Amino acid sequence: MSARRIFARPARFAAIAPYVWMVLFFLVPFAFVLKISLSQTAIAQPPYEPVFDVTAGWGALKAAFAALSLDNFKLLGSDDIYVYAYLRSLTVAVTATALLLLIGYPIAYGMARLPKRWQAVAMVLVIVPFWTSFLIRIYAWINILQHDGLLNQILLALHLVSQPVVWLSTDSAMYIGIVYSYLPFMILPLYATLAKMEPALEEAASDLGAPPWQVFWLVTFPLSLPGVGAGVLLCFIPIVGEFVIPDLLAGSNSLMIGQTLWLEFFTNKDWPVASAAAIVLLVVLLVPLLLYERLQKRQLEQGR
Amino acid sequence: MRKVSRLSRFNIASLAFGLAFLYLPILILVIYSFNDSRLVTVWGGWSLRWYREFFNDRAMIEAAWMSLRVAVAAATIATLLGTLAAVALSRGERFRGRTLFSGMLYAPLVMPEVITGLSLLLLFVALNAERGFWTVTFAHTTLTMCFVAVVVQSRLGSLDRSLEEAAMDLGCNPVRAFVAVTLPLIAPAIVAGWMLAFTLSLDDLVIASFTTGPGSATLPIRIYSEVRLGVKPEINAICTLVIALIAVVIVIASLASKLSSSQGESAAPL
Repeated sequence: MSARRIFARPARFAAIAPYVWMVLFFLVPFAFVLKISLSQTAIAQPPYEPVFDVTAGWGALKAAFAALSLDNFKLLGSDDIYVYAYLRSLTVAVTATALLLLIGYPIAYGMARLPKRWQAVAMVLVIVPFWTSFLIRIYAWINILQHDGLLNQILLALHLVSQPVVWLSTDSAMYIGIVYSYLPFMILPLYATLAKMEPALEEAASDLGAPPWQVFWLVTFPLSLPGVGAGVLLCFIPIVGEFVIPDLLAGSNSLMIGQTLWLEFFTNKDWPVASAAAIVLLVVLLVPLLLYERLQKRQLEQGR
Repeated sequence: MRKVSRLSRFNIASLAFGLAFLYLPILILVIYSFNDSRLVTVWGGWSLRWYREFFNDRAMIEAAWMSLRVAVAAATIATLLGTLAAVALSRGERFRGRTLFSGMLYAPLVMPEVITGLSLLLLFVALNAERGFWTVTFAHTTLTMCFVAVVVQSRLGSLDRSLEEAAMDLGCNPVRAFVAVTLPLIAPAIVAGWMLAFTLSLDDLVIASFTTGPGSATLPIRIYSEVRLGVKPEINAICTLVIALIAVVIVIASLASKLSSSQGESAAPL
């Protein structure tokens, strides 16, 4: 038996504790979300009708099954507020991800072309904001975008506008906030693939007479597609469910699904509807989530 | 091979723009935290007034203390579990339920926080757990151990496994080989993982809002409720303090990773 195989057995035991933890705190909770999404709202604490009570015996269990209802899901499908919220979440996520790719790609490309020594520095500089508080970075933008904030002061001083522009509570503010917060998630996977690329390929293309834009479209971009995929998924999935940024920076007349879920839960105390919203959100994100899982797995386990 | 720099003017411009975009807002926030004026946008000279205000704000201090305790506890448990998970995934070869295991570990990295927060709350309610310090800590442990696992796993993946094998050929049993050879080599990643878990926990608003109980607000929850009412200079001061704390953490983490000559590149921004 090789040393590698002998090592494998105790390493497997290492899985037990984290496995149990994740089943209990990640997998099992979804069963509760599903269960409560099927129950009725009640004015009580906690505010829902209990669906299953195993201690009540078989008859009660059958009655409970009969009481399960899809009402909350019907509500989500019929009420325009929710339908719009889902559509808006998807629109915002697609637009923001496209913006991120557009802005992040040139930065990642610039990083990959730096001398090796400087690449490490640039990478640290991009990672640091990721470590800095999310909420604080959004708050920093409120400072800048408010009515008499720095942006308006600069625009007025340069005579680009004659009176202060309303930035806060607009979609532009929200997009700025999203792009700002998620930029490192887009840049780093792009940089990782671009930095690994063989420079000789681009040089060969241009030696053979391809103009720079053609070198980019026919060589660089196709080779960076794995990074593009990782960056897009890393941004798109959480943005669909984003709550803090639209809540603080966008207007309150059109909500994203994360906001309606929050509202149902904290303001209306309607836990069953909030749970149903979470289930629908999860279903919408299932395909991108599975794609992301495959990518992450391949990335972390290559060379095994 | 050409060894000249391949930087074009466009590359330099986009790099400069990117870094300015990432750093200017934070810099402005820090500068304005020292502003003496009550109006956030009018410069009234340098002053530590808002820092004094913060240290006299009992509710804020209590929230900050709560956040720090949660972050330390959650990061510590998460580092333990995350490291074990990483070892199992990168050294355990095949075991039953491995796909489910890695799936559960990678999903929370991108899962919208409203879903994670809501589902954990419903679990705590079903378990009849008293909501407060421990529920938030367990919730943050669940989220952050996945980040720790990824950091440690990518370090384990880039290690030369012949070192472990040599130790075992020389008569170490697998556990001893791990403790004597592997653990020192991945220690920097474990430290970095702890630091990352700490900052993520310190930062989290959504999951903490769902899982905390009355009377035990964390710092982000307090900051959030203040920010909703508008910009206050005191918040600038608090944010600057948090940034300073995180900066110290980052310096320690990067010193730790300097100690190892890690060359692994990860797709996740870790």
